[in-house]
Formats: sequence, C-alpha cells, structure tokens
Amino acid sequence: MKELLKDKRVGIAGAGGLGSNCAVALARCGVGRLVVADFDVVSKPNLDRQHYYLDQVGMKKVEALRENILRIDPEIEVTARAVKINAQNTVEVFKDCQVIVEAFDEAVMKKMLIETVLAEMPEKWLVAASGLAGTGSNNQIKTRRFGRLFLCGDGHSEVSSKLPPLAPRVGIVACMQANQVLRILLALRQKKSVQEVGN
Amino acid sequence: MKITINRREYNFNERELTVKEILDRMNFTFPMIVVKVNDILVKKEDYKKSVISENDKVEVIHLISGG
Repeated sequence: MKELLKDKRVGIAGAGGLGSNCAVALARCGVGRLVVADFDVVSKPNLDRQHYYLDQVGMKKVEALRENILRIDPEIEVTARAVKINAQNTVEVFKDCQVIVEAFDEAVMKKMLIETVLAEMPEKWLVAASGLAGTGSNNQIKTRRFGRLFLCGDGHSEVSSKLPPLAPRVGIVACMQANQVLRILLALRQKKSVQEVGN
Repeated sequence: MKITINRREYNFNERELTVKEILDRMNFTFPMIVVKVNDILVKKEDYKKSVISENDKVEVIHLISGG
C-alpha cells in the first residue's frame, strides 16, 4: 500500500478534530505528501478529540500535527500552512493536491471551501464532512457522492451546547474521510473513470 | 416537468422553475446549502437566474457545523 501512495499529495483544510485525525490515518497508510492548513493554535479543550498532546498546547496546530506525523513516519513530506483558508487562497494552497479533505468546524467555512473547489478547481476530488455531533448511532453515518464531491456524516447532528463534538463520532467521520481518500487515490492509480470511483 | 431532487423524482406543472422557486417549494430553508444542477455548482447569487427544466438533476447539500 505504501508504495502505491508515497507519490500522492492530499490537502487537508482544517487541522481540528476531523483534519488532525484524518491526516494521521492517511500518514499511517503511507500517503507520502500532506498539505495541512489551519491558522489556529492547540488549546487544552481541543484535546477531547483532536490528535494533539498536552505538551503541544500553545503550538500552531499545523506545526504540532507535522511533528506528530513525523514521529509516525519521518519520510512523509508535511507542508504546514498556518493560514486561514478563504476563497482567495484556496487554489494557491491546494493546487498540487490530487484530493482535498474539507475538515472545518463551521458550516459557513465548509460551504466556502466546497463552493470554491467546485467552481475554481473542478478537476479536484473533494471529501467533506457534515453531521457528526453527539453520540448518535454509528449506523446513521454514511458517505454520499455528488460528482467529485463526497460527503461523510449523518447529515443532521449539528454541534450545540447539548450536542458537543465528541472523539468517537468525530474520529469515525475523520477515518471515513481518510478511507474515501484512499479509495479515490487507488482508483485513479488503476486508471478508473470518474464514474467508477465508488463511495 | 419531471426532475430529480436529491435522487428522488418530482413532477411539477410548470415547464421551468428557477433554483430559488424549487428551494422555496421544497422548503429548503437552511442557510448553509450548496446547490448543484446536473453536477455543476450554482451559487446563491444565481438562484433566481438559474432555470431548471425537464430531466434536470438537482442536488441540495446541507452543511452542518462540527468537526
């Protein structure tokens, strides 16, 4: 598997609960190049679901994530971009990636990234997430496909004071996103057509 | 006209409707949605201009906070 994936480059927009866990899963599988973008720093409450450690509190998330990935596999090329992703810089940050993972927290950011990629980078594959808060059934979480856009989640569980994002379901969706990325990369390697890439 | 919305078939008496009219009729009132028609993105500023007709495939993707 690692041989098949070492020359691939995957972009991850957001290094919180989804992005940090998805990046680590991809790194463990051997995806050779990761571009991670997030402007935020690690805070203590983040440790309830994000792939960071207490001694990393205060570090930029992308730097902490780079450090953690390199501890798993020092051969992986991690490009850490400590920027806030917006409609103007999305293309520049992710232009060399075969697949982009939408891993933001806020719906408004999810919408911005999806619309920007669909409009300005229509050749890219995009794996997004929507609906993962609380402790709802595992079995409601699925992957839906819309052309080159895949959407993982239950589609309805929104974060609120009564429904926090928790490590298990956030991790499930992050790993579903990682698995979908692998399915896309391996299908492309086998020269499958766009329609043949399954969700 | 017969169209599909989120993979379900719907029949409307009109021959054409705008994306805005479809969203209103279907009660898609969520603020955070992405709309694709025949796999092409339609931005919010074009909802009133973009016309849906026979056999079109409309997808309304609802985005929810959390990550």
